[in-house]
Amino acid sequence: MNSTPALSTDAALPTDRAVPAAQPAPVGPVRLDQLDLLESEAIHIIREVVAEFERPVLLFSGGKDSVVVLHLAAKAFWPGKVPFPVLHVDTGHNFPEVLAFRDATVERLGIRLTVASVQDYLDDGRLQERADGTRNPLQTQPLLDAIEAGRHDAVFGGARRDEDKARAKERILSLRDEFGQWDPRNQRPELWNLYNGRHTVGQHVRAFPISNWTELDIWRYIEREGIELPSLYYAHEREVYQRDGMWRSVGPVSAPRPGEQVESRTVRYRTVGDMSCTGAVESDAASVHAVVREVAQSTLTERGATRADDRISEAAMEDRKKDGYF
Amino acid sequence: MDTNSLLTSSLLDSSLLESPVLEGPPPVGTLFRFATAGSVDDGKSTLVGRLLHDSKAILADQLDAVTRTSIERGFGGDTGGIDFALLTDGLRAEREQGITIDVAYRYFATGRRSFILADCPGHVQYTRNMVTGATTADAVIVLIDARNGVLEQTRRHLSVVHLLRVPHIIIAVNKIDLLGYDEEAFDRVAAEVRVVTSELGLGAVHVIPVSALAGDNVVDRSDHTPWYDGPSLLELLETLPLIDEVESALEAFRLPVQLVLRPQGAVAVAPEDADLYRDYRAYAGQVASGTVRVGDAVTIVPGGGSTVVTGIDFAGVNLESAVAPQSVALRLRDDLDIARGAVITASDRVPELKKDLSVALFWLDPRPLQVGARVLVKSGTSTVQAILTAVTGRRNLDTLAIEAATGLDINDIGHASIRLASALPVEEYAVNRRAGAFLVIHPHDGATLAAGIVIAEPATPTTPTTPTTTHIDTESAA
Repeated sequence: MNSTPALSTDAALPTDRAVPAAQPAPVGPVRLDQLDLLESEAIHIIREVVAEFERPVLLFSGGKDSVVVLHLAAKAFWPGKVPFPVLHVDTGHNFPEVLAFRDATVERLGIRLTVASVQDYLDDGRLQERADGTRNPLQTQPLLDAIEAGRHDAVFGGARRDEDKARAKERILSLRDEFGQWDPRNQRPELWNLYNGRHTVGQHVRAFPISNWTELDIWRYIEREGIELPSLYYAHEREVYQRDGMWRSVGPVSAPRPGEQVESRTVRYRTVGDMSCTGAVESDAASVHAVVREVAQSTLTERGATRADDRISEAAMEDRKKDGYF
Repeated sequence: MDTNSLLTSSLLDSSLLESPVLEGPPPVGTLFRFATAGSVDDGKSTLVGRLLHDSKAILADQLDAVTRTSIERGFGGDTGGIDFALLTDGLRAEREQGITIDVAYRYFATGRRSFILADCPGHVQYTRNMVTGATTADAVIVLIDARNGVLEQTRRHLSVVHLLRVPHIIIAVNKIDLLGYDEEAFDRVAAEVRVVTSELGLGAVHVIPVSALAGDNVVDRSDHTPWYDGPSLLELLETLPLIDEVESALEAFRLPVQLVLRPQGAVAVAPEDADLYRDYRAYAGQVASGTVRVGDAVTIVPGGGSTVVTGIDFAGVNLESAVAPQSVALRLRDDLDIARGAVITASDRVPELKKDLSVALFWLDPRPLQVGARVLVKSGTSTVQAILTAVTGRRNLDTLAIEAATGLDINDIGHASIRLASALPVEEYAVNRRAGAFLVIHPHDGATLAAGIVIAEPATPTTPTTPTTTHIDTESAA
């Protein structure tokens, strides 16, 4: 896989030593394609937030959407470094290969990573394990505490409106009160591309630069830019068993129950969350191009296919978001 | 409509696998944004559901969930039926009350275009959310119930799209099936529409007879309306020109500076190249209008210094030129004092700096506009203090006339005068949308009080004029 212009070190030079542009210079009127337009919109948003806020931070899990946002930030500020740190809320149930990817990425880009650990909260009793074993809803408290501790007034996230019907309603710049809560019934109007990030003491803003991207846009962009991802996004052999119509990985927090048959299957992950609630899909898409084809032809949404936590109720995501979830 | 057949046909539909949009690179320049508006119960959610369903944009698990909930709620009973509103009314409060409160964004593609659909609320109290959806739209579909004709909310929505200069306006005359597909009934509504568009001075409007429930003229042209020879709604959406793109290319070059890229020691390039970037300085922003080329003469406003573009950088790629709405970074020949809020403009078409503005406002806040109030105005990347010095008129939504007024209430459209604490290079919205749009912001709590546009000259109250000729275009857009 090629490294990207933005994240690699062999980029073109701005002086008289300039190397030719990666793309031929456009002849006649420039036509921007769909990815160009989405990229430009996202970079505009990222730059607005960095210009207008004191202490932004990016929620970075190593998942494809946050990797794309980080890539866009690197392009927005080239040849400078990404001018904000990243934050990860680690549930303790994350896939080890994703954590390794997360660490390698921040190391390569030379940015600071803060990890807020759900396990720490469970160990000292500030949080308690849920009966269903899923830790996704438990992320909210450590997240809000980390935002407060870092005095972050803006928090970038990789949420997309096509993921979920509650997210489909959220503004690109979304105001949160002193409790981190989202008030979906009283959102600030968002007009043209003039983002109003003003807030009072204690409030902060969540910023979603890739709100308008679909899963297919994300994959086409990953292909176009040659962005690296954790390996489990691509087809591989894995020990899995079936539950709730999803293939679950065998692991320390996702053991099969009696009667659930473990078998070896060729699978990949469409989303990367907790091992305890994220399912794999059967797939032979081992390359980016194959994944683009697969996503384009899918008859299921990514969350519907892979997230047990969103099946709890019609409004599972809205309820989590109101409480301060991303 | 039969739930079972709908569900089954979708689940078994193999045409998704053959759709031309799935192969090859994404189509060029074909991202089209549109919004839907209309009064309550005009069938807007049904239309959106029909559009998404018939263009195969609803995936099986979504349809499954919506069908399940529809059945649980007794929607349709024995004969089945899907409450399409459940597809876009994603908030708990919306589902409970059966209304749309805020804009829902949906994404779908056909072989010809990719669409971003902003499904807007119809209730008057949520008009501000409709304005949110309309500011970024290339087209707005205003639904009218054929049985009710033009209502106050129709006039309000058309006033909004007129104010915002939305490039394309489509009137979907819905529930035409309930009137037996009667041509005369459609003509009556079209005539009412003509009166409104004439009063507002709107240009060409596309009027289409549809039945969202039965699917007539939504995706496919209907056999039930042989007297209508125009395109279906989707055909129209697929072929309407991207006016913004065309207009913007002709407008003067403007780039509001978002921030200055000056990495100094904190470079992301290889150590051996770091020295080359030690003195790097570029002005980052999104081209708001026009085109910029390396070698172009540019002038900075406010400030007035002139220089030459020596480089256009985008993440390590040197571009020869850039157009709106590309996000780039410009390198300039001379070291001028340029910070966030400055606008880099074409030297042969430098905008005037203005301190006293004539504006049209859409008032969004429950607190009424008070003449003399101190506010903030955000235009481009500048935010300055301002005083609302006068209200010069308010649009009466019955007569559509601009009448004398002393204040504005929520959901009012009015004309006003604003004095800025420091002059800005704003332009008439009719000439340059990006340079003529601004926000009015509460100086203490940060609320967005109004959507504003700069208009030509102080507006004086007018009385309604006799309708003049207005072209109602029911022909194909192509």
